Amino acid sequence: MEHYAALIVVAPFITALFAGLFVWIEERLSYPIVLAGLAVSVYSAIQVLIQVMAVGTLQYKFAGWPPPIGIEYRIDLLNAMVLCLVSGIAFLNLIASYRSVQQEISDRTGSYFTVYNLFVTGLLGVTITGDLFNLYVLIEITSLTSYAQIALGDKDRGPLASLNYIFIGVIGASFYLLGVGYLYMYTGSLNMADVAVLIKGSQGSSTVLTAFILCILGIWIKMALFPFHVWLPNAYTYSPVIFSRVVAPLMTKVMVYVMIRLMITVFGYDYIFNTLHLSEAVVWLATLAILAGGVMALAQKNLKKMLTYIIVCEIGYMVGGAWMGNQLGMTGAILHILNDALMTFALFLAVGNMVYRIEKVDITDLKGLFGKMPWTMGGFVLAALSIIGVPPTCGFFSKWYLILGAMEKGAYHFVAALVISSLICAVLFFKVFEICFFESGSHGHEHSSHGPVAIEEAPVSMLIISGLVSLSLIVAGVYSGTIVNTIILPFLK
Amino acid sequence: MSDVLSLIVAKYNYWLYVILMMIGLYGMIAKNNLVKKIVGMNIFQTAIILFYVSIGYKTDATIPILKNAHDAHGAAIHAADYINPLTSCLMLTAIVVSVATFGYAMALAVRIYQRYQTLEEDELRMRLSEE
Repeated sequence: MEHYAALIVVAPFITALFAGLFVWIEERLSYPIVLAGLAVSVYSAIQVLIQVMAVGTLQYKFAGWPPPIGIEYRIDLLNAMVLCLVSGIAFLNLIASYRSVQQEISDRTGSYFTVYNLFVTGLLGVTITGDLFNLYVLIEITSLTSYAQIALGDKDRGPLASLNYIFIGVIGASFYLLGVGYLYMYTGSLNMADVAVLIKGSQGSSTVLTAFILCILGIWIKMALFPFHVWLPNAYTYSPVIFSRVVAPLMTKVMVYVMIRLMITVFGYDYIFNTLHLSEAVVWLATLAILAGGVMALAQKNLKKMLTYIIVCEIGYMVGGAWMGNQLGMTGAILHILNDALMTFALFLAVGNMVYRIEKVDITDLKGLFGKMPWTMGGFVLAALSIIGVPPTCGFFSKWYLILGAMEKGAYHFVAALVISSLICAVLFFKVFEICFFESGSHGHEHSSHGPVAIEEAPVSMLIISGLVSLSLIVAGVYSGTIVNTIILPFLK
Repeated sequence: MSDVLSLIVAKYNYWLYVILMMIGLYGMIAKNNLVKKIVGMNIFQTAIILFYVSIGYKTDATIPILKNAHDAHGAAIHAADYINPLTSCLMLTAIVVSVATFGYAMALAVRIYQRYQTLEEDELRMRLSEE
């Protein structure tokens, strides 16, 4: 069927609207509606991936208008992979969320599910679109819905974190919009492939240079690359855990995808690396991002906040790999989009299970958790090992490609930063393991609201998802060679 | 000197949008009151809307509605007679986005005020560090 491409985005969108209506009719029905929408989306994304692997790039013209005039969806291997990732993670998280939504925001479940599906629609649209302005609108849909969900979290700090995120998010999106404006002035087109053809050969143009700087800067702000990262930790820490579980793995990774799309499809390798010679400077910036993220993570007392600083660190990996200017680095960056999304998702699922039972996740609250929540902690340990980069898990393989790429370029400072950050992550996680495993939790929760009641394992629905995703880290690790050979290398050719 | 001046006058729309944008950015960074910051954010977005609309403009051009288009004797269509409608259309979407952001930010400001009884950022920071 040729309409699968549209269905990926349209299904969650339509169901979001219906779920919104059902808030007034029968609120309990909004959950199955939203779930069905995402299921259709996952199925279509897999179908599209199979089609793309068989016949190459797909083009879907909206309402039949041909590309430079109409809006088109253009799906190649990279898109198709990220689409499967986004819809899959959103779907699994929704299954795991059912119980936590009842607990965290029981009075507004229907509205929450509506906003959640709109958020996923935005992410999927950003990934699938082949139009520069359409991309901006969908980024804003994603951002607006995420502001709303962040404010639902912590009653004291949630709204303030959300407002600060709005200020910085608006600056980022506006810079991107300005950049698109300059591209439009120069080419008169908004279609990515069309713009790429039209700006070929205009290396000296200052308009193109301005457009390039503004677009990349805007996307960097949106993805929280190191000097622009200040909004991320608070926003992701004080949001409800059901939302941090999906925003932490997806939002930043989709923005990295957008950056790679702009670099490869719109501006082109040749322009960035041979005309502007930006590789060196940006790899240094990424090195700083990795080190800064790691060091700041060391200083955190709250588990959730610590993990958000690790995200800042991981962004540095992907940006550095993408700007290395060679195939190995880019392979590492793309593979890391997949792996990091899975790892972060697994980590936050485990944190979600902990929050469901103990509410506060300061590291000192976790005493004796291995005995009480063994399955959750098992998933957490697997995900943590993957972040550190222990071989059978997938985190190792993308780091390996990144290191190979950096070696080929001679960027030894980047290699050093990768190794140091792995060490820092090892220190961080083993500190957590030690507290969870060795220190007894008998006196840890007496003064908490539900008294010395024994903490038990999280509900089965949450455990199954958490276990599945953690095991997928090993599967993705074992098959990473296949992923690189069938998806990433053919895309980079 | 006159070169610079004529450059500024010829391209005054760009200068205007940059100045507006900087005013907005200044408001967002330097102001202490959250509502003033939100207004600064709105000015920042409006600057970009003006930029887009101005790049679609042509001197002595009219709105892009085809005169006598259905008439067999209709005048030939010269692109130079009509302003570029696409940029204005794009900005309709951008206006919707900026209104939504503005409204939502204001709603958040209300929530913050209800919780802390203040909108001054330094007082908020003090309250947060006390708790």
